[in-house]
Amino acid sequence: MSTPHDSQELSVTGDGTPPARFENPGLHEHKPRQADVDPRVAKRVERQVLTLLTLSILGTVAVVWAYFALPPGETVGSMRLSNLVLGLGLAVCLLGIGIGGNYYIKLLMSNREYVEERHPTASSDETREIAVQMLKDGAEDSGLTRRGAIIGAGVTALALFPLSILVPLIGNVGEDWNVRKFKHTMWKKGTRLATDPTGRPIKASDVTIGDVWHVIPEGLNDLHEGKLDEKAKAVVLLVRLDPRDLKSDQSPEGETWSHDGIVAYSKICTHVGCPVALYEQQTHHLLCPCHQSTFDVADSCKVVFGPAKRPLPQLPITVDDEGYLVAQGDFAEPIGPSFWERATK
Amino acid sequence: MSELKTPPTTRAGKAADYLDQRTGVGNAVKFFARKVFPDHWSFFLGEIALYSFVTLLISGVFLTLFFVPSMAETHYEGPWPSMNGVEMSEAFASTLRLSFEVRGGLLMRQIHHWAALIFMASIVVHMFRVFFTGAFRKPRELNWLVGFVLLILGLAAGFSGYSLPDDVLSGNGLRITDGVVKAIPIIGSYMSYFVFGGEFPGTDLIPRLFTVHILLVPGLILALIGLHLFLMVMHKHTQYPGSGRTNTNVVGYPALPAYAGKLLFNLFVVFGVIALMAATMQINPVWNYGPYDPSPVSAGAQPDWYMLFLEGSLRLMPGQTEIMLGSYTLSLNVLIPAMVVPGILFTLLGAYPFIESFATGDKSEHHVLDRPRNRPFRTAFGVSLLVAFAILVLAGSNDLIATHFHLSINDITWVFRVLLFLGPWIAFVVTKRICLGLQRKDRELVLHGHETGRIVRYASGEYIEVHKPLDAHERWLRVQHEPIRPLEIEPAEDSRGVRRKGYRADRLRQRLSQVFYEDRVEPVTPAELAAAHAAHGHDDHALEGAHGAPAQVGAGVGAPASETAADERNH
Repeated sequence: MSTPHDSQELSVTGDGTPPARFENPGLHEHKPRQADVDPRVAKRVERQVLTLLTLSILGTVAVVWAYFALPPGETVGSMRLSNLVLGLGLAVCLLGIGIGGNYYIKLLMSNREYVEERHPTASSDETREIAVQMLKDGAEDSGLTRRGAIIGAGVTALALFPLSILVPLIGNVGEDWNVRKFKHTMWKKGTRLATDPTGRPIKASDVTIGDVWHVIPEGLNDLHEGKLDEKAKAVVLLVRLDPRDLKSDQSPEGETWSHDGIVAYSKICTHVGCPVALYEQQTHHLLCPCHQSTFDVADSCKVVFGPAKRPLPQLPITVDDEGYLVAQGDFAEPIGPSFWERATK
Repeated sequence: MSELKTPPTTRAGKAADYLDQRTGVGNAVKFFARKVFPDHWSFFLGEIALYSFVTLLISGVFLTLFFVPSMAETHYEGPWPSMNGVEMSEAFASTLRLSFEVRGGLLMRQIHHWAALIFMASIVVHMFRVFFTGAFRKPRELNWLVGFVLLILGLAAGFSGYSLPDDVLSGNGLRITDGVVKAIPIIGSYMSYFVFGGEFPGTDLIPRLFTVHILLVPGLILALIGLHLFLMVMHKHTQYPGSGRTNTNVVGYPALPAYAGKLLFNLFVVFGVIALMAATMQINPVWNYGPYDPSPVSAGAQPDWYMLFLEGSLRLMPGQTEIMLGSYTLSLNVLIPAMVVPGILFTLLGAYPFIESFATGDKSEHHVLDRPRNRPFRTAFGVSLLVAFAILVLAGSNDLIATHFHLSINDITWVFRVLLFLGPWIAFVVTKRICLGLQRKDRELVLHGHETGRIVRYASGEYIEVHKPLDAHERWLRVQHEPIRPLEIEPAEDSRGVRRKGYRADRLRQRLSQVFYEDRVEPVTPAELAAAHAAHGHDDHALEGAHGAPAQVGAGVGAPASETAADERNH
């Protein structure tokens, strides 16, 4: 080790002043590892590598054995065991090779560093000139430089050609493109409210104060096609409040959309469409578990917190002659997340 | 022409000759075999991404042989009793079959899922290694963009794959996607039809996502990985600063044998670790969630980690921002968090190399990496991007935070709303201060050396601590970087008072450059070191001369005097 007073960086330049920058001192001296100088260490490392590779072979054997001996079976226990043994076997087989190989490289393979020169990424001026000349020659040979009309027509043809694939593709991909379907659900005047998922109609007298029912339209389960599509729009949450707690609902002046404290609201969040399913009895609040929009069931399902803007649409309900809850009609506005044409006629 | 002076005699030699006469493989071997690659643990991060992708391909091929990408209704019958007779899609039923009946199927599913999480994580960490060390600078800006596109494609691969089992969680994720797509102005409703082939959920989505997931996206990823690696080899890898490493050389290990060996064995290590995870840690147990049904949802549901920031962003946005334009609805409460916020974060990340080179005005190639402290603005900017991302991730788990720590979800949401704006600024200021502090520390070390803990008393009663100067290698690391100063531009008017064209653009550039480089600590120059030592010379003289032999206090008694130099600061 040298003192700074005699180190090269402080050497002065010709005119007696120190240089502007320090100089790179050059590579560290190469230091041999223990295994390079002590044959016993090298021998030990060899044995360790051999052990790891042997473990890998045993790992593969374990996987093959477990494949036949440990089927996933009928229970969670047997399934987990099968997964565990197969996985551990595979891990040992792979890690034995990986760690063994790296260990060998690290301790026994030459670790002398080499230096290679870099070359500028850009091509030389001479190469560039040749390249440009080649392009010019090519353009000249093509004869297109004198025929502007062909270039124009060619570019246009090429630009239009993808349409011949895109138009049929995009045309088909959205089926009938009738986005007005967003605005209607299968609720009609007189459709009975039924429990989700059994489809059993609900009597008003079965609903007690504080109850929450997950509701689907009666007949949904009988649909053969598009059942999930309809369900995704029609699901409703039914709550019975003490009529004195019910501050307001969405029914216009002179109409009643609730029945004796029973209110039904769309279960699809007006934010981005998660099912709003967490009801808190004390506060009458409905919470969406996805993004925590909170709606007040006692007050028209208005938003009290979170990223939703609009209240959940109310399903107008009443009871039929037999005492079953029925819809007075479809929702008054589109259910679920907002879309551009939502409020248009 | 093909007549060799010495025809091959060995079997290997003959095979090589056969191949070379038909492919010229000798040229490739000559180019690659002893090519030098710099080595550092952080260069392994990108490798992890590559090998988790290989793991994804291997496990993915296994899965495609048993998975049925169909939304046709079926009733489950099989060894899992709680699902017996339940109506579900073919996709979900085949996922159950993969988990319970295909031997090793569950292992492959879990390997695939864990590998996907690690793939995304290693891409992000690798990207920030490149960011913080300035590896994206000329000539590698385009490769940065390739990597950036790979990040986006990784998100697309993860998202499309997560949705395939058609369980209740992934179905709700798709429903949220539908809600976001519908919020797009004017074409949103049609985009929703475009994606789902009609109304949500329809019967087209899973087969479509399957094609996207197993063909389109992985094909693009493979092609871009090829380009990424090609450019890496062409540019030659960057190297960390250090003794002997310059902008015009590469110091490291030759491809054969050490580097190629490491490449190969690291694949086994990464695959092995993922297999270990899949063996011991359950992931996405869809048999507990059940098939997709638009009605139920469970609280505390979380998407995979790389989607959490979008979820958090959606959660933080107040709903009042949905507005009406006449009779049309503009859902800014969805558009801003789902598109504008990630749009800003990703654009800043993708465009950063170009912003920085504009502000730096530097046209030269850079092959030696920066130490993050030497680029305080860049480091602080990167940290603030990460902080914004972390806050969104935490906000995406606000319900879990609420239930685990018994806090009000509304309060947590409000705290995150404020933090999203304050956090990145605080992180920026703090990080920049830390960087400048570390640079000052480097200067101190170079000028005055290491503290030795040896206290020396002069005959006059004066105490000093002895400092040990840095050796040439240690010093070089701390002084090797180029000082960067804000750009200087030509004045607005020339000597005759005529206004100069392009002055305003230059002024903007200068302002940006000042934001980047106004606060700076420059590396020690030989002149400064000489000046510091001149002061020491006085001390040494004092130490040995006038005051007589010093009394030593504390540790390090008997260290040779030539290794130490007293420090002026203690006077």
